[in-house]
Amino acid sequence: MEYEPVIGLEVHAQMLTKSKIFCSCSTAFGADPNTHTCPVCTGLPGSLPVLNRTVVEYTIRAALATHCEIAPYSLFARKNYFYPDLPKGYQISQYELPLSSSGFVDVQVDKDKKRIAIIRIHMEEDAGKLMHDLSSERGAHSYVDFNRTGVPLIEIVSAPEIRSPEEAAAYLRKLRAILMFLDICDGNMEEGSFRCDANISLRPKGQKTLGVKTELKNMNSFRNVQRALDYEIRRQTALLDQGEGIIQETRLWDAARGVTSSMRSKEEAHDYRYFPDPDLVPIVVDLEWVKALKASLPELPNTKKERFIREYEIPEYDAEVLTSSKSLANYYEACLQIYAKPKIVSNWIMSELLRELKRDEREIEECPVPAKNLAEMLKLIDDGLISGRIAKSVFEEMYQSGKKADEIVKEKGWIQVTDTSAIERTVEEVLGKHPKEVEEYKKGKDKLFGFFVGQVMKATQGKANPQLVNDLLKKKL
Amino acid sequence: MELYQMTAHQLHELLRKKEVTSQEITQSVFDRVQQVEDRIHSYITLLPELAMKQAQEADDRIRKGDFGRLTGIPVAIKDLICTQGIRTTCGSHILDNFVPNYDATVTMKLKKAGAVFVGKTNMDEFAMGSSTENSYFGPTRNPWDLERIPGGSSGGSAASVAAGECILSLGSDTGGSIRQPAACCGIVGLKPTYGRVSRYGLVAFASSLDQIGPFAKDVRDAALMLTAISGYEPRDSTSINLPVPDYTQSLSHDVQSLVLGVPQEAFGEGIDPEVEATVREAIRSLEKLGAKIVEVSLPHSQYAVAVYYIIAPAEASSNLARYDGVKYGFRAKGSHDLLEMYKETRSQGFGSEVKRRIMLGTYALSAGYYDAYYRKASQVRTLIGGDFEKAFGQCDALLLPTAPTPAFKLGEKVDDPLEMYLSDIYTIPCNLAGLPGISLPCGFSQTGLPIGLQILGNHFQEEKILRVAYAYERNTDHHLRKPNL
Repeated sequence: MEYEPVIGLEVHAQMLTKSKIFCSCSTAFGADPNTHTCPVCTGLPGSLPVLNRTVVEYTIRAALATHCEIAPYSLFARKNYFYPDLPKGYQISQYELPLSSSGFVDVQVDKDKKRIAIIRIHMEEDAGKLMHDLSSERGAHSYVDFNRTGVPLIEIVSAPEIRSPEEAAAYLRKLRAILMFLDICDGNMEEGSFRCDANISLRPKGQKTLGVKTELKNMNSFRNVQRALDYEIRRQTALLDQGEGIIQETRLWDAARGVTSSMRSKEEAHDYRYFPDPDLVPIVVDLEWVKALKASLPELPNTKKERFIREYEIPEYDAEVLTSSKSLANYYEACLQIYAKPKIVSNWIMSELLRELKRDEREIEECPVPAKNLAEMLKLIDDGLISGRIAKSVFEEMYQSGKKADEIVKEKGWIQVTDTSAIERTVEEVLGKHPKEVEEYKKGKDKLFGFFVGQVMKATQGKANPQLVNDLLKKKL
Repeated sequence: MELYQMTAHQLHELLRKKEVTSQEITQSVFDRVQQVEDRIHSYITLLPELAMKQAQEADDRIRKGDFGRLTGIPVAIKDLICTQGIRTTCGSHILDNFVPNYDATVTMKLKKAGAVFVGKTNMDEFAMGSSTENSYFGPTRNPWDLERIPGGSSGGSAASVAAGECILSLGSDTGGSIRQPAACCGIVGLKPTYGRVSRYGLVAFASSLDQIGPFAKDVRDAALMLTAISGYEPRDSTSINLPVPDYTQSLSHDVQSLVLGVPQEAFGEGIDPEVEATVREAIRSLEKLGAKIVEVSLPHSQYAVAVYYIIAPAEASSNLARYDGVKYGFRAKGSHDLLEMYKETRSQGFGSEVKRRIMLGTYALSAGYYDAYYRKASQVRTLIGGDFEKAFGQCDALLLPTAPTPAFKLGEKVDDPLEMYLSDIYTIPCNLAGLPGISLPCGFSQTGLPIGLQILGNHFQEEKILRVAYAYERNTDHHLRKPNL
């Protein structure tokens, strides 16, 4: 039978505040264990939380950017469960009355546009980190690092409106871009600044009621989210086809083995006993403040994309790629400042630049070719100093060495030959060497024209101006 | 009169006139401790060395003229208020080795004021109880009758003041834990408005109800201590940013312009006839002093104990989750896995009343029960607050008994938790509504046990209840009677 996947995503994004959500400890990543801690974030008896206003501000920004409504009155709640990385025995989160709800994100999957609803965005604190030392002489030991406890997170819950792993990835990419455009999250999936859990169920195509879902955890990249969902669709399909039921459970993705495996069943699921946190007062949001934050929102990915299409007249696909990150969009526009041919710049970025970056697993921020250098190289082509073919080699050299195009061209002697008499000599030499081909060409074998061009270019090591070569060959033949 | 028998304001006068030193006062207090502590057991931890050092520093300050009204005065602190470098046990095995690395806001304020720390006082484990029998460190006894309980949960703080083992003390009041022991021990105990005194550093029992307050030998001393510990604390989201008056300025003996309400429900089922007669007599005294007495009604207060025993355990079940053996405090040895460590640590570390309340609270918050218990209780709590709001539209303060009976005997109610819970029937509504309340001695039973009069005020009207209490105290001498030890 053919099934339709029903997918809902829960994203946890770490907010880029300097201090934690309920105390003034630093949120910096990578410090020595337990150096960014205090009585509050280690849950010492008698300590009390005080809300960091910037976390509310960032959450409101995220909510406005995803078209959510902001609640004028919301509450923090305690989510109670025992685990050694949770020093208070509860996580401060929001449950009833979250800060924001009812928004959406527009995504594009291939040619199709899709609007995915967001149910809610709420604030919460992160837990600590466990480290296990199995090789200790004293026997296995576990350690807790509380540096991360109390680091601010927002949880963004999508409606179960996603219908394929590709849609899931597109939604995540767009959401991550939005948060990064807002400068409220660094989007680093490996360090866990942007993490995702997925709920997925299948139902026969056309059926309205939902099937039994599983929850997938431990996917630390877009690719792994897609792979895990693909696997889970295959697994659930096989079970359903055999007439077996799906068990409602939480499953862990194992990227190395490429499978999901059961972590805990519904019966073992925690009863979190949520209730309003009596240590914190209700969050009352001033509507004037929301207005001001709305007015100060930066240009967001989809708006930027529309503008690129309108202003630069580039294809939608190009615009989608170029606005996938703020840095890439900035890079593109910085090039245009110097070299104002949008489609040519776009082609170079999308083909050459992004290919190199992808190969080296680098981000645009780490690109060794500054926007200015790329733009100046493109100018050299227009000025007739280098050919388009040579330019590809120049670009590779720029990427490897970080040098500027004109330096490379000078060093390597790649300056295009535009001296008519010099090219004319080469043309004559080439024609003289290939009398048979000249004969055939003259008899009407037009295809051989390309052969002569190639021979001339080869003889000039690609430096001859192709237009001049064409003109001279035509004249001589 | 011995120094340890005097009040803080009397001692302050002597210190100011340089007729005594803080070291002499402190010595007198520790001599008294030596004399009676074996019988009373007010303290979990005594701090003679620290106290003598602080006394010396206080004397230096006094010599330099840089001192306040609490400088050099020996005080005791309930053992769930964090004291940096000094063990803070909450009366529990699970924290019997816990030494905080920070001071509670009130501890800090007392240090700055130059107070001398006599020790940390005994209490019902995590403030859960009305008799101080639930302490891991053994019970405290009532200075008026060693066979009887001092009240609870701040029994050690109350007994230490009554027995002269300190001049002033701090307790905490979640459902009556200051006022009820004050009544049992024949002293003054005040629970401030929720948010008046910061809870920062107060180990939480039920966060929405807990409030720190003073025990004192008279109303003036209570006002003094309240002034010292009140105030906004930015580290405490529930503390209120209102200016702190000098509460001793409100101690006028004039109650002529005041209307005092007596709730119809104040003398309900189960009240001891002697308590009723004594409190009614106190109300008549205030009437004679010129106050107008009116009857008011608090119709929902009949549900207060039920509401309290859902909300307080629910909060406690969450607040006490952090005692898991992972980070500090007691950890059971020999566990083979995490779950076993949790279970063994908490089974061995908590006493039976604490476990009972954790279970009650866990149940009340469980999926499927939340609406019927916690949510319903929160709604009724709002109604109880509404009753008070209405009552304070008709009067300035409310008069009622503090406890339904005088101090009962040790062991009398330990096997009957419901009976024990009813000891707080008159004190609980005030916590649910976040109001200030004071208990002061208003007479004695025929067997010589103290009886307390409770005065409740509207939010942040501590001045009003202090004024009524002071007027009453000025015209009676119950507060001058001392236990025969």
